[in-house]
Amino acid sequence: MLEVKNLHAKVGDKEILAGIDLRVNAGEVHAIMGPNGSGKSTLAQILAGRETYEVTAGAVLYQGKDLLEISPEDRAREGIFMAFQYPVEIPGVGNKYFLRAAVNAIRKHRGIPALGIKEFLALVREKMRFLGIDEDLLNRSVNEGFSGGEKKRNEIFQMAVLDPKLAILDETDSGLDIDALKIVAGGVNALRNRDRAIIVVTHYQRLLNYIVPDYVHVLSKGRIVTSGDKGLALELEEKGYAEIEEQLVGSEV
Amino acid sequence: MIEAIEKKDSYLSHFARLEERLAGNRQPWVHRIRKAAMAQFAELGFPTTRHEEWRFTNVAPLTKIPFQPVADDELDGVTAESLKQFTFGGLDCIRLVFVNGRFSGELSSIRPLHNGMKVKSFAAALDSDRERVEPYLARHAGYQDHAFVALNTAFVEDGAFVYVPPGKVVEHPLHLLFVSTSLDEPTVSHPRNLIVVGDNSQITIVESYVGLDGGLYFTNAVTEIIAAQNAVIDHCKLQQESGEAFHIAALAVHQDRGSNFTSHSISLGGAFVRNDVNARLDAEGVECTLNGLYIASGQQLVDNHTAIDHAKPHCSSHEVYKGVLDGKSKGVFNGKIIVRPDAQKTDAKQTNKNLLLSADAVIDTKPQLQIYADDVKCTHGATVGQLDKDAIFYLRSRGIGQEDARNMLTYAFANDILSRIKIDEVRTQLDAALLSWLPKGQEMKEALC
Repeated sequence: MLEVKNLHAKVGDKEILAGIDLRVNAGEVHAIMGPNGSGKSTLAQILAGRETYEVTAGAVLYQGKDLLEISPEDRAREGIFMAFQYPVEIPGVGNKYFLRAAVNAIRKHRGIPALGIKEFLALVREKMRFLGIDEDLLNRSVNEGFSGGEKKRNEIFQMAVLDPKLAILDETDSGLDIDALKIVAGGVNALRNRDRAIIVVTHYQRLLNYIVPDYVHVLSKGRIVTSGDKGLALELEEKGYAEIEEQLVGSEV
Repeated sequence: MIEAIEKKDSYLSHFARLEERLAGNRQPWVHRIRKAAMAQFAELGFPTTRHEEWRFTNVAPLTKIPFQPVADDELDGVTAESLKQFTFGGLDCIRLVFVNGRFSGELSSIRPLHNGMKVKSFAAALDSDRERVEPYLARHAGYQDHAFVALNTAFVEDGAFVYVPPGKVVEHPLHLLFVSTSLDEPTVSHPRNLIVVGDNSQITIVESYVGLDGGLYFTNAVTEIIAAQNAVIDHCKLQQESGEAFHIAALAVHQDRGSNFTSHSISLGGAFVRNDVNARLDAEGVECTLNGLYIASGQQLVDNHTAIDHAKPHCSSHEVYKGVLDGKSKGVFNGKIIVRPDAQKTDAKQTNKNLLLSADAVIDTKPQLQIYADDVKCTHGATVGQLDKDAIFYLRSRGIGQEDARNMLTYAFANDILSRIKIDEVRTQLDAALLSWLPKGQEMKEALC
């Protein structure tokens, strides 16, 4: 579904991604781990279409199409969803209105009729119940006054409603206590199926106890330095990034 | 210099004709005020950009146009049907309608008032209610320094006179609707409103100034509102003049002990707009809230000057003005707060936020705080910015198109002020006006239902 080939990217004069190669197929869950500054969030944001980053080399193919040529809204309409690390607050724009506009923009792109307000509410209520989100949320402005945990849950809620093909979770676990983590993980796991691919960007191994990945990639200084299965994540937790890097350098000699 | 004198002259000669026309009437007391005001106007002349209060707003385009006073029979075929877009759906209210500055009994709906309340045309009040009008007329909207107020006072003929006796909660809102039409020549009208609210009384007032079918005209309006002790007044001023119109308005409010005054100033139309709001908090325990929203595009100019005078202790004022400027439009905001030496425990807050949607839009914003007491709380803030890029990206990342995202954020910004208006029907009409201003706003409206 997703092919990242030798992706190089910079912000300003600083190169952040130094040649990323990644293949993600439908039905797979990939974890991307790495120390601060390794480029994890940058990769996620570039996939979502953030214009602050400049791609200097390489390509990204999504379902065979050149993803970098597609606008952020069209990427969403083609089934890409990113759960933000720091969801922005948008006072004055109601959650109910925003989400319905998003749902219908995507449906329109796919040639499906728009959802009326009643059908929309039926759809979202079910998801809210599952995620333990108060119905009152719909009456509030997007992320306004939400705690960190509430914002993350709102991201997963949106993901559940928008039903993406490729979901990218950018440090969704940061700032969450164990209970919130379990709920968020539960939401993500409910979306795992044969047709959907999920990329989990995370710093800590803890989340991966709940969202068990099929593949784990370790990012360091803008490159994927090693890949493995869920065991790799445990190894990382035990040894730390520095030691793993040393090991790799050693083995390269 | 000579040009300026010539422009003044045309108004002076109009005044001479007015005096002739009114020669037979029995109102020497009004005549005295008119003459004094005209003399003051003659002395002041039109302001130039060398005047501090007009530094960013050049009135030359207005003074160049030979506006004529409206002839008597210029009711110009306005019908109730044609006014429907301005009358807030089916809002049940007391309504006075003025066409090109003249009261129209036919289009108005003044239900029988049993409670001692008086609602009538200003012209009629000058005749029949001298004892109620004289104590207030021209005492609060001072014409000494303000040429346009002087001009309005000189030509004062019609508008609304409202008197609410003490102890009355007026159930229905009062709507003063000033409609201007496109006439053969550019015309000027000077609507004058005097609203006196007695002790412990409450009233909601909406003043609208609208252009029915375009046209070049000049509305020079003055409204004086007197709030007696513990009076509660909710006031809305809506400006939806034609795209070529000049609109200059002054609102003077005098507040007595314990009174509570809220005003929402919404400016959507006009080519050249200047609003002055002056509130004098003249006793203890007074609350004054001024909300404003100005939306402009193309080559529009919208200038809002406010002045809140904390003359006595223990009063609070709260001001929030927001501007949305697109195209090559220009906005001006000047918020003056004066806290006099005895006005201890004053609590004053002023905020001006501006959204610039284009590279050519311009805003001049200036708070002016003159604080002479030492135990006070005064804060002010002004922002000028564009739409939040992170918010736009967030919306786009959910499938919402870029233009739609911009519209949603612009709407949210402006709606913050509209949402403060308490009358649902007024808010609904303004909401629709805001949406029709936004590109593809209609689609947004449909999505909102």
